[in-house]
Amino acid sequence: MPAVQETIEQVRALDVDKYKYGFETQIESDLAPKGLNEETVRLISAKKGEPEWMTDWRLEAFRRWQTMSEPQWARVHYPKIDYQELHYYAAPKSMSGPRSLDEVDPEILATYEKLGIPLKEQEILAGVRNAETGDGLDGEGGGEYGSGRVAVDAVFDSVSVVTTFKKELAKAGVIFMPISEAIREHPELVRKYLGSVVPVSDNFFATLNSAVFSDGSFVYIPKGVRCPMELSTYFRINERKTGQFERTLIIADEGSYVSYLEGCTAPVRDEHQLHAAVVELVALDDAEIKYSTVQNWYPGDAEGRGGVYNFVTKRGDCRGRNAKISWTQVETGSAITWKYPSCILRGDGSRGEFYSIAISNGRQQVDSGTKMIHLGKNTSSRIISKGIAAGRSDNTYRGLVSAHRKASNARNFTQCDSLLIGDKCGAHTVPYIESKNASAVFEHEATTSKISDDQMFYCLQRGMSEEEAVALIVNGFVRDVLQQLPMEFMAETQKLIGISLEGSVG
Amino acid sequence: MAEPTRIRTKAEEALANHFAALDGDDPIREIRATAFDAFLSKGLPHRRIEDWKYTDLRNLMREAPGPAVPAGIDDARAALAGADVFDGVDRARLVFVNGVFMPSLSDMAGVAGDIEFASLNAFLARGGAVLDRFAGTDPGESPILALNSAFVRDGAILRVKDGAKLSRAVEIANVFAGGKPGLQTMRHQVRIGRGAEATILETFSGPDGVAYQTNAVTEVQVDADARVRWVVAQEEGAEAIHLHMLIPRIADRAVFDPFNFATGARVARAEIRLAFEGEAASAGIRGIAVARGRQHLDATLIVDHALPNCTSKELFKAAIGGEAKGVFQGKIIVRPDAQKTDGQMMSQALLLSDGAEFSNKPELEIFADDVICGHGATCGQIDEDMLFFLRSRGIDKSEAERLLIQAFLAEAIEEIGEEAVVSALEARTRHWLGAEQEVLSA
Repeated sequence: MPAVQETIEQVRALDVDKYKYGFETQIESDLAPKGLNEETVRLISAKKGEPEWMTDWRLEAFRRWQTMSEPQWARVHYPKIDYQELHYYAAPKSMSGPRSLDEVDPEILATYEKLGIPLKEQEILAGVRNAETGDGLDGEGGGEYGSGRVAVDAVFDSVSVVTTFKKELAKAGVIFMPISEAIREHPELVRKYLGSVVPVSDNFFATLNSAVFSDGSFVYIPKGVRCPMELSTYFRINERKTGQFERTLIIADEGSYVSYLEGCTAPVRDEHQLHAAVVELVALDDAEIKYSTVQNWYPGDAEGRGGVYNFVTKRGDCRGRNAKISWTQVETGSAITWKYPSCILRGDGSRGEFYSIAISNGRQQVDSGTKMIHLGKNTSSRIISKGIAAGRSDNTYRGLVSAHRKASNARNFTQCDSLLIGDKCGAHTVPYIESKNASAVFEHEATTSKISDDQMFYCLQRGMSEEEAVALIVNGFVRDVLQQLPMEFMAETQKLIGISLEGSVG
Repeated sequence: MAEPTRIRTKAEEALANHFAALDGDDPIREIRATAFDAFLSKGLPHRRIEDWKYTDLRNLMREAPGPAVPAGIDDARAALAGADVFDGVDRARLVFVNGVFMPSLSDMAGVAGDIEFASLNAFLARGGAVLDRFAGTDPGESPILALNSAFVRDGAILRVKDGAKLSRAVEIANVFAGGKPGLQTMRHQVRIGRGAEATILETFSGPDGVAYQTNAVTEVQVDADARVRWVVAQEEGAEAIHLHMLIPRIADRAVFDPFNFATGARVARAEIRLAFEGEAASAGIRGIAVARGRQHLDATLIVDHALPNCTSKELFKAAIGGEAKGVFQGKIIVRPDAQKTDGQMMSQALLLSDGAEFSNKPELEIFADDVICGHGATCGQIDEDMLFFLRSRGIDKSEAERLLIQAFLAEAIEEIGEEAVVSALEARTRHWLGAEQEVLSA
């Protein structure tokens, strides 16, 4: 099997889109029957061993969803999705009962390793050594923060397969676990916050997610705690014709800090896969959440066959005074992206940030941006968005900045720049700027241009190939955003940008 | 009637009744009916219609008065006397009162040899073709246009001859007269000949305290190498609803610079849909809006670059006081063939009071790669530092504020580049600011 896999990979590597995560893991799965009805919802809830209130919550969402229609306003075009043709639950068969790394199917571990996420190694190297010396947090934990130790929650199709560093995090009081576990173990927290940022009936896809979400991460950082390491979730869609609906809920209590990373990949498939996630962030007084995404779902081939539909609702609520939420996203994958990570700046003095790089090639369609909703006094927000369109793709920035009546001294700065590579692609900017307070100051600027001939000439003349030159120039173009990414992601992202744009020149 | 019947609003119901009461022998009855059906199928636009997101006409237009009764000559003359925004500008004049051409009040001295003119009404009597002469704009896509085609009564059909350099500006004055609410509907069609040069002024005015409505669509064909200044001054009465579309089409190397000055009406929407139909043409599209009280002023702009080497520059400024609401929507479209397009758009708003609101939506829609396009948008209040600078030099607060607002607006007005027109509009803004300040200090 591995030999075959290798051959497939090598062939894939020659393909125009060079998607290197397109392999498939052969593993037995437990699939829910196709289609969506109340039974499916009950089945998912039962599989997760959920309490009754959760089942009711899902059913309520499902009933609402049936009355809703798919949004049409985004600049994306795709054939109608048949929601009855999908599996709403897929779990590796070996996954039952309590789990530790040793019990995880080796095939799955191998998958993650191939993706560059060595779950096992990391735990042994860092976790065990720490356990031996006995210093958890205050010893080298603090010093090592940011130097590569990352706690990972790995989500495979519909379930979380493993969460690393759980013990060490627990020492700091940090709760980091699959949300399905949190529903059982910390129902009071989940009940209080779930759906409080993205209400059940917020939009079509969020409501669908509320009804059928299977897993995702739950994070709670207690008062005054600076999370000792980066937290991360790695999403992988493997099974055919499944939808992935994960739900992430992060709560940063007063004065706490957490940095969270999210990565995603999927195998190469001819048909489209649906991914409709909901992410909710809650930052209380003086808390800070930094949420970074490197989204690299399978984008489909050069002709637009296959690829993931990424219809995601992400929203952060700066509920407390001086809270801060920062979104950083690198969007290179997905056939269609429909995603607007937002900040509700409710607490006085709170701050929202959005840094985005969206790259589209082939026939990809990206409609992404943010919403900064200023409700409290002295709130500020900053938006830096860099869109790069190549091939026959469409890349749209769509963003809202609004100041409500009471948002005195609200401040926003927005910059969105688009770069066009080739004359078959489109770059669009659709900002909405609404001010209902005279003391609010909003500034917005946007530019669209192509890579200048001068820059290209300069690079070529120094012996770079055309593709290298484009990658270099683009990396310069997106530098403002790259700098916001955690170290580990920065290098990977730079490479990813090179790969995404391959085949876009000449 | 397979379609489910939408519940009509009171205004839509009234419009349907007015439409049914129109003269049955009308030679363009069919065109009107098609247009009105197109309107009724969607009804008045509301906030869930993207183009009308910030101007919810269903909510803002509760009543719909019937077609205005033509004014008597004395009323018309009195009303025209109040419409004096360009008094200091040397100009010929075509006067429309309550949507009807008034030859006796018009004056074409000095330009008669360079211009051909007829009233639309004379053409309508002979049948319909004239209405789609330049149009080609589908009535289904714009409720303003659909209502205009349904109710149009008169308008100016104007042609500036090839190569003519007009010695005076030409004003198309649209005046509402009388104390009774009514709807005036005009369709002006103007063609500026090859290589011609002209300044056209389009003015709108009417009495305060009368809830009349204006629906005006102005189509302009700008032939190759022509140069045109087009200034719209909207000073409708305080209770009026004003809907206006300016639809210019611009040929090779022509220069068309429209300016939209908006200060009147309770609710106003000034829409410019400009299309480049030739290469290397340019347009400088600018405007200011000043609003107070509970006014709602909307400036909407679509600039369509379909061909290479065209340039468009947009600058819109707004000063919003009281509980008024300002809206700017601007969209630059660059189609795949429109390489070497240069499109720049700037929208700036000053909020003068706590109750004021401004919504800004500057859009870029770009399908060509060799272009330079950008937009900027700002919104805020008068800069404290600038205010301090002036006050530290002994200028009192209200005077300092006035100077700053005036300077802010003047940046756009000065771009018109014709002294008499500039000073006329600056005088108007000064007048407005004086009145606004009385409100502020009261």
